[in-house]
Amino acid sequence: MKKTLLSVENVSSGYGGELILRNVDFRVCQGELMGIIGPNGSGKSTLLRTVSRILRPRQGRIHLDGKDIGGMSHREFARKVSVVSQSPESAEMRVREYILLGRLPYFGKYQFFETDHDEALVERYMELTHVSRFKNSMMSEISGGERQLASIARALVQEPELLLLDEPTSHLDITHQVQILELIRRLNRELGLTVLMVLHDLNLASAYSTRLLLMNRGSVFKVGSPEEVITYRIVEDVYETVVLVEKNPLSGKPCVFLATEEDMRKGKKG
Amino acid sequence: MRGARIRRWVIILFVLIAALILVSLMALCTGAAGISPARIPGIIYGGKGTGEYSILFDIRLPRIILGFAIGGALSLAGTILQGIFRNPLVEPYTLGISGGASLGVCLNIVFNWYGVIGVIAYPISGFLGAVMVILFVYGLSMKAGTLKTQGILLTGVMISFISSSLVMLIMALSHSEDLHGIVFWIMGSLDEPDMLLVWVAVIGSLGGLVVSFFFCLDLNALALGEEEAVHLGINVERTKRVLFILASFLTGLSVSVAGIIGFVGLIIPHLIRMFTGTDHRILFISAFLAGASFLILCDTLARTVIQPFELPVGVITGIIGGAVFVYALSRRQVSL
Repeated sequence: MKKTLLSVENVSSGYGGELILRNVDFRVCQGELMGIIGPNGSGKSTLLRTVSRILRPRQGRIHLDGKDIGGMSHREFARKVSVVSQSPESAEMRVREYILLGRLPYFGKYQFFETDHDEALVERYMELTHVSRFKNSMMSEISGGERQLASIARALVQEPELLLLDEPTSHLDITHQVQILELIRRLNRELGLTVLMVLHDLNLASAYSTRLLLMNRGSVFKVGSPEEVITYRIVEDVYETVVLVEKNPLSGKPCVFLATEEDMRKGKKG
Repeated sequence: MRGARIRRWVIILFVLIAALILVSLMALCTGAAGISPARIPGIIYGGKGTGEYSILFDIRLPRIILGFAIGGALSLAGTILQGIFRNPLVEPYTLGISGGASLGVCLNIVFNWYGVIGVIAYPISGFLGAVMVILFVYGLSMKAGTLKTQGILLTGVMISFISSSLVMLIMALSHSEDLHGIVFWIMGSLDEPDMLLVWVAVIGSLGGLVVSFFFCLDLNALALGEEEAVHLGINVERTKRVLFILASFLTGLSVSVAGIIGFVGLIIPHLIRMFTGTDHRILFISAFLAGASFLILCDTLARTVIQPFELPVGVITGIIGGAVFVYALSRRQVSL
């Protein structure tokens, strides 16, 4: 059994008076690449926002490396966990300056300038994420895919133990979807980075995650390998849609096909 | 990379400091009695007692020092507020602080407090009015331990309206000599007879600059949005709280000493951003220096354009600042 990095214990959380997550309980082991899936409004993003300390749990505890995250300082937490949001803001700064902001959690109290070590790290991760070629562009002038890459580079220079991503591919075409997810897999395998990411697309989630967590109506419906979670029974049950689940001929991973009403009528006739 | 940037910043600072010295010298030499710069060393050597010495060091120099403090404070307050609200239209007076200060000063004039405790009643009443508004806006915008920035803006604008209406009500009901005092004060002026207040303004605004510097990196991160800043390890609530109070303090200080001088806090941060970019490490100090130069320049114009009359300095800042800004806008894309 691998070491547990993140443990979410019986957590309930939400906005204002409304609870969105109820009694969520799961663990992420060191070195895992866990995908969170589920229908719209099932609490995927709320879960990620609770783990990333934007929302405070109403009930339950979240431990990172055995330490309660509620008791950590902002800086201490930012050195262990970094977050890539759905669509990073297009601030008026150069890509390189933006990525350098990821070193802020390591700045001393009276430190105003980055060290040589900070600069070297920024260069290294820009190279790794293929950001170097547009490092002097303004964040507001690059494409959505490039901005997402820059955001991942910024998250990496934080040198986290856990990387959280909220639908990192949702606004991108398939070229960039695959580029981003291949990068995340490489980071996971080569750097041993633990990743927890929300994904909308069941097939991408199945192809890239080592384990899946399926959310439904604010609770965990099932946790397990893609083969265990993506079955037609479970998907039809949670998404209330008729689907066909087959093995991807290349990878052997489960793959979801939609059945339109017309297809189903034809299917019945034939 | 870092080396090149620091060199650039040093050049910017050098230019701004040189401009400040030049503008101050010009202000010292311009006026009803023109004194050429070459004669200044001689006048200083001649010592106190001469008429020219008194014009230079008792009349003109205090205005220059006050212009430095107030121009710097207003510009810095504008830079801070535009940074925390991430809104290019915010300026120190949007938050209702000036409205509160005006109301305080009006009450002081109408109820003749200055007759009881002296001239110091003006800044004190202005400052108390500003503090009341800050506490009010702050209290209304705090929800469950977090400061709602949009809430602050709306509340501030409303408080501004309410207090300016109350000021007008007081003006409508007051005697003509009181009315004159109120109008004179509201228009803003750097003519401050009390040297103690001038030094208070200088120390207050420079102190503000030092404090703001410790938050420049936090504000850089805040440009990405409040949640992103949290993810970068910034204590966003503390940063917003400290900077909001600091900007309020700088504005309250300025308004209570010099009256209402608009536009400096809106325009100078924008103009400076065109040269420095959005990095607050250089932006804060540059905006302070540029605001100081700008106000000293405007004040010199205000007292020399139609001699022997003195125009309200707020009129000059509005006209020059607005014109320069519209010109710059048409030439170049302005961004936060």
